[in-house]
Formats: sequence, C-alpha cells, structure tokens
Amino acid sequence: MATQQPNRWVRPYVLTAGRTRTKRPLLMETLVSVTNYDPGFATTLLPESRALYEYARRTLSVAELSAHTGLSLGVTRVLLGDLVAQGRVMLHPTSALTGGGPSDFHMHHNVQLLERLRDGLAKLA
Amino acid sequence: MAWPSSPEPPVITSAKIVIAGGFGVGKTTFVSSLSEIPPVNTEAWMTEVSEAVDPIEEGSSKTKTTVAMDFGRITIDDSLILYLFGTPGQPRFWFLWDDLCRGAIGALVLVDTRRLDVSFPAVNYFENDTGLPFVVAVNLFDGRLWHELSEVRDALALSPEVPLICCDARDRASSARALQTVVTHAMQQMGSSGPPPGALIGR
Repeated sequence: MATQQPNRWVRPYVLTAGRTRTKRPLLMETLVSVTNYDPGFATTLLPESRALYEYARRTLSVAELSAHTGLSLGVTRVLLGDLVAQGRVMLHPTSALTGGGPSDFHMHHNVQLLERLRDGLAKLA
Repeated sequence: MAWPSSPEPPVITSAKIVIAGGFGVGKTTFVSSLSEIPPVNTEAWMTEVSEAVDPIEEGSSKTKTTVAMDFGRITIDDSLILYLFGTPGQPRFWFLWDDLCRGAIGALVLVDTRRLDVSFPAVNYFENDTGLPFVVAVNLFDGRLWHELSEVRDALALSPEVPLICCDARDRASSARALQTVVTHAMQQMGSSGPPPGALIGR
C-alpha cells in the first residue's frame, strides 16, 4: 500500500523551492507579457514555468495564466516573479496605484482612467 | 499557433470590478452577458482548499453550481482592459475574497429578492471588512421587480450612501449600466472625502 502516489498538494511548492510569496505584488488582473520571446530560453524552463512563458506571449492576466496552466494562484505568482526577475516577462500597470500595503483594499485609482472606463461602458449600455 | 511577439509589447492597463452576492443570484449570467471571452471557471484556484461540490438548494431551478469563481474580460480600448471577477458563493472560500478585492475599483453585489438572505454575507463583507466602494443591484429574474427598492434597502439594512439599483443580468446593456454605476460611485467616493487607503468604512 505504501506506493508513491504523486502528491499534488505538495509538489507545487517544491517547484517554487518553498517560496509562497513574490517580492512584487501581482494582482489577479495584472497583465503579463513576454518580452523578446526566446525559444532557446523556453526549453531551459521546467514545464510549469515554460507553460506560463508560452501563454504570456498573448498578454494575459495572472488569473488567466493560472486558469490556463492549471497552476494555483500562489504558484503562478511565484513562478512569474522569477520570470520577471530574469527580465523575461514584463508586468503591465493596473488601475490600482501601488503604494498601499498588501492588506490595503481601498487603493487609489487614476481618475482619468476611471473616466475612460465609465465612457467605455457607456458604449455597451 | 505562433503569436506575433513584438520585442516590446504595447502597455495595457487592467482594471477590476468584483461581482459578488450569494449562491445562485446570477453572477455567472452577469459575467457571461458582458465578457468577450467565455467566463473562465477554474478549479485550479480551489485545489489549495477543497474540491467538494455544493448541494443544490431545494426550490431552486439551478441544476449545477460553479465550484470556483469565474471571471470575464471586457476590452474598453486598445490600452485598457476591464476584468470582472465573480466571487465564489460558498462560505469556505472567504479567504479568496480578499485576493479578489485587492486593487479593485469597486464591487457590484447582486441580490435576488426572493432570497435576500444569501447576499447578506456579501453586503456585510463590503460594509465592514473593506473600504471598497460597492453598489447593490437587484437582479430582475423574470424581468420583474417583486419588491420596492425601498423595501429591499430596509431589508438589507443598507446605508443611505450605498447605491441600490435594478439590473437584468441576462441583458448586456443593463449589466453594462450597472457597472457604470459602480465606476461612477467609486469616482464620487474619491472626489468626496472617501476613506483613506486601508481604512474601514465607518457606520
């Protein structure tokens, strides 16, 4: 009975070398793009990081990258953090202006951006 | 299958509005009616916790529920994308709400007047636990408003400054107007002496 079942509850954090946090805040809606896609670099990556690297060529949010790769949000954030640190992917800005701590919900938003959003929604309404 | 990969991708700003409410109030329908991508419903986010499936409430015509939250995307212009994130209805996923709400412009809490109680926790969350601007929308199931809005406001014990509107989650234009109300409300809160970053809303 003591067969070695692959334990999917543990393995992701082995992948991230035990890290559960990234240095920079990656919001769920933060868009990620690949800069100068490098197929040679892609082959050096572990499958999970490689999947993120390939999907990010389309410019997708953290939430979408997690959904497409099937990686948990926590693992997605850590692995993306590595790719950012290596200069392989870039993070796009979010409407929430950073500066608040991670527990701050009520972040400041750029007013001009909210106006664009309001006017854009009006076209759908 | 190759995507054009320019050296420096154009910068695109993303924004987020949270779609909250209880079980079966129409969050998935709301997101579907506006999203340009099929609402993504992922269990990946849940594997850290549980894979259980919720029982179907009696008396509800809903035949299945979403295990995870779902999200949608609306391209506002070539450099601005709005994401909609539906909250998971199940209480055991509360911890995800903080992650969903961090950085959001605001939230829309959907209510079904036949079952107001299922949306109480969402209203409580936004009133007491976050400083996030929020709007409450009565989802017009069957296209009818069954109760006066003032009665709904009383039943939910909503503060006077919280906008209360109607919307038809199946209708794209109606849903877009509801989101517009959230954005406008957020702008008004910023314009007035809104709560400082990280502050809890009083009252």
